[in-house]
Order: sequence, then structure tokens, then C-alpha cells
Amino acid sequence: MSKYLLIESRDPFESRDTEFLVQTATDLRHRGHEVVVFLVQNGVLAGRQSAKGSYLGQLASAGVTVLADNFSIRERGIKPVELQAGIKLSGIEELVDALMQKNTKAIWH
Amino acid sequence: MSEKKLTLALMDPPYESANSTTALRIIAAALQQGIHVNVFAYEGAVCLPLKDQAPHANPVKGTTVEQEEHPTTKAFVSELLKICNGQPLLNWVNCGLCVDERGAGNVVDGVKRGSPADFLKMAQESINTLVIPTK
Repeated sequence: MSKYLLIESRDPFESRDTEFLVQTATDLRHRGHEVVVFLVQNGVLAGRQSAKGSYLGQLASAGVTVLADNFSIRERGIKPVELQAGIKLSGIEELVDALMQKNTKAIWH
Repeated sequence: MSEKKLTLALMDPPYESANSTTALRIIAAALQQGIHVNVFAYEGAVCLPLKDQAPHANPVKGTTVEQEEHPTTKAFVSELLKICNGQPLLNWVNCGLCVDERGAGNVVDGVKRGSPADFLKMAQESINTLVIPTK
């Protein structure tokens, strides 16, 4: 079993190819791999409760861990209480920790 | 692989994308944890440490250079190169062909010139490699 770290920087309302992330993350999880999605930059916009049709619910129900960069959230005026349930507030230090875990495959999108 | 090493490949030019900011944040956080960081700057990213960058005033707002405190990526790279633990922790290599194409050879002290072969070596000696591509 491998660990996958998918870093999503794109706004789903701007880039339809964020569906790639959902498909990849859920397929990897269904195959038994540990999957973490780290939302950064405009990727955090999908994490708001008010984001209609957000794909993040699919990830949570598939057992994917979803983290959101606190700096990106502050930059965009999003309060932690506005995030969807299941999204954990995180930071760049935690991203570095995840990158330094052995056998972790990191993909930036 | 005795040392903890992380390699990043960057491609975005300065002042274009939030990717550059995030990359610099990742590098800073890793260095502060004592992790050795390799950076292979490719394509427009070779301009991140360009010495000719200059902070500027803002005539629209009527602010001076000092008031504007305009951040430059060359200053960020310079400061990151100074973070050390007895020996330099950051190894920044600019792709030589990309530098020549852009006439971007005048870089801050500590930045090296190399080739994609260096990137391969960096990746082989690192615990992980993160490629941050352009969109």
C-alpha cells in the first residue's frame, strides 16, 4: 500500500479538470491506498460550505483525508467555520511533513 | 540517503502565479525544519533569483519605494540561501539552457547553473520530489 499526496491548487469553478483529482483520489482509495488531498491557493474555494456542487463530499465519503492550507484560506477571507465538515485546517509545515514521509507519491495539480 | 532531502522542480516565472509563493513557503518551512532542499528551476522559474529585479514606487497610490515595500523574488531566494545549519541547506540550480534563452544569467549569489541531469541526481538522493508545473 502506498501513500498518495494530491495537492490541489485549482479553483473548481475555473478549472473543470479538478474532476481529475476526484477520480484519481477515489480510485486510489478504493484500491486500498492512503490518500491525502491538500487544498492550497484557489483550491480552498471548493472547501466552503457555500460552494454548490463541490466535489469534496465525494472525497470524504471515500475515506480520503482532506486538508486545507490556513494561509490560503486567510488570503481569501474564508473563516475556518465556513469550511465544510470533514475538512481539516492545516498548514505548509504539515505539507512538508507529509512530503517527507517515505513512500509518499506527491502530485501537484 | 543519510540526510533528509526534498527536491522541488519549479517552472513558473516570478510575478505570474501563486505557485511561486507557495513554492517559496514550502522551501522556507522545510529549511526551518533542518531539511536539505534542492530546487531545480526550469523555464521561467530561472528568473526567480534574477538580480536585476528592482522594487518600485507606486505612482497610482503616490507611495515611494520605501513605503511600497515591494517584495522581490530575488530577495526571497537570497534569504532562503542564507538559512543554514553549519552548512548551506538550500541547493538552487537554474537550468542553463533556460537561462541562456532568457538572458537571465545575472542571478543572486549562491544560485548555480546546471542541467536536467542535475534534477535527476537531486531526485535520486531525495526522500521526495515535488514538481510544480505551470497550468
